[in-house]
Amino acid sequence: MFAFENRIWDRNETLSREDLESLQLARLRQTVERAANVPFYRNALARARVTPKDIRSLDDIRRLPMTVKDDMRNNYPLGLLATPMEDIARVHGSSGTTGKPTFVAYSKGDLDTWAGLCARFLTAGGLLPSHLVHICFGYGLFTGGFGLHYGVEKVGAAVVPASSGNTPRQIMLIRDLGAQVLVSTPSYALNIAEVARAQGLGPDDLPLKFAHFGGEPWTEDMRIRIEKELGLLAFNNYGLSEVIGPGVSGECAARNGMHVQEDHFIVECIDPDTLEPVKEGEGGELVFTSLTKEAMPVLRYRTRDIACLDRAPCPCGRTGVRMGRIVGRTDDMLIIRGVNVFPSQIEEALLRVEGAAPHYVIEIDRPGSLDQVTVRVEVLPESFSDKMSVMQILHDRIDREIQSITGIRVKVELAAPQTIERSVGKAKRVIDHRAAKPV
Amino acid sequence: MKINQLSLFLENKPGHLRSACKALAGAGINILTLSLADTQQFGILRLIVKEWQKAKSVLEEAGGVVKVTEVVATEVADKPGGMAQVLEVIDQAGLNIEYMYAFTFRRNDKAVLVFRFDDADAAVSKLSAAGIKVIGSKELFEGK
Repeated sequence: MFAFENRIWDRNETLSREDLESLQLARLRQTVERAANVPFYRNALARARVTPKDIRSLDDIRRLPMTVKDDMRNNYPLGLLATPMEDIARVHGSSGTTGKPTFVAYSKGDLDTWAGLCARFLTAGGLLPSHLVHICFGYGLFTGGFGLHYGVEKVGAAVVPASSGNTPRQIMLIRDLGAQVLVSTPSYALNIAEVARAQGLGPDDLPLKFAHFGGEPWTEDMRIRIEKELGLLAFNNYGLSEVIGPGVSGECAARNGMHVQEDHFIVECIDPDTLEPVKEGEGGELVFTSLTKEAMPVLRYRTRDIACLDRAPCPCGRTGVRMGRIVGRTDDMLIIRGVNVFPSQIEEALLRVEGAAPHYVIEIDRPGSLDQVTVRVEVLPESFSDKMSVMQILHDRIDREIQSITGIRVKVELAAPQTIERSVGKAKRVIDHRAAKPV
Repeated sequence: MKINQLSLFLENKPGHLRSACKALAGAGINILTLSLADTQQFGILRLIVKEWQKAKSVLEEAGGVVKVTEVVATEVADKPGGMAQVLEVIDQAGLNIEYMYAFTFRRNDKAVLVFRFDDADAAVSKLSAAGIKVIGSKELFEGK
């Protein structure tokens, strides 16, 4: 039935619905009690007129207040801690709209929980203690690198912490050390495949057998292409730093949706406008509540990720509800080569450049394996010069400002005044060609 | 003795150059000469036309961004060394050339060099003093 032996890391992954729900209820009450230690949550609970004692059934979760990204920003840097600072074992972060990251903190217990969650999905995707795992996620504030690293170690496999960049060197390391497992973003895996091909290397020249991809949305077409070009089986996993990082959900050998680790997180799928649950099987915004986190419990965190949930039994035996691929975002956040970019950041950059009008269009494409962003910017009539050097300086300043604010390289195109469409209300700022065509 | 040059901002997209030329053609404006500077991201079309005010409004009505700049036109012999001689004077006078372009017209033994200097007036007087023939719009457009 499966391409490899279906192994299960933790018995809790196969709890009956009844047992799972009673565990969830007990843990939800504890989480609400713990969250009440945080002034932000204490106030939000008071406003919603709900106390931990009011949580009598899992349905009562809907009485709890929701949390959004702005709440994290407003409590910068570590205002949402439920434990004293001395109990914090590590801090991670995610990029924010204003250049400041939002931080998340972990207790020693949280780190252990997190490694276990990663060990579960890695095992579900074929990882064995005998494997060597090549991780080319960046090691830093980003949760991907360290999250997967400790998950791999928890399983008992070995890690090559290669981090990101220098693809020819990554290929050399993979070949020379003989890694069977790759951890990266899916677009970076395509980049590895391209560079390998340019070196005359085919799928048989690489020792890789399995890959675990996360950090950005991808498609089935990409999976097929990566699997063919690198000669491996690719698995999808999902997570976000505000909830814990990677390990919120992951695919099993059936590869038909990602099992949410429901003994650690309650997932809801809601209509982002009415905030009511969507009908069974329909797409909606995913909302997560942590059940075991100590340092930074999170109540009903609105991810803005759109996906659907599938409660049908899975042949692998895991009972966690499966979430489909992320099909969209409720806000305008763009994920470019794994980096979060907001159109408002581009606007901010343009406002810093004299001579550039804040009228722009962002076009995203994926001509090869990496996302390419073109920003068309209107030039103010008074800043137009017949001298190429003056125009080039303007162009380069826009280029530099966008890079310094967003952290990504874009291609800047100057446009004549009044050529970019103005629209009433929400302007159509982004044209994303990535989703429209198969990779 | 200076010439008014029109500069038009061009996006680096197919059809933009053509639509500018078409607008001028539609207004019956003849282009004496032009030069196109381009990068991967955008271009600048520089034009010399007789009726520059009319051309400017035609291009602006067509949605273009136009800038008028004073350039200096010099006449040289259309033979080896003709341009080198002018450049030598420019060098010695310490003038900095932003950009230049050349064309030949009508009188088959003469060529015209068009220069963009930061200070056009200073350039005209220095070039004239050195015996370089600087030509004005009357000569340029009417031949005499």
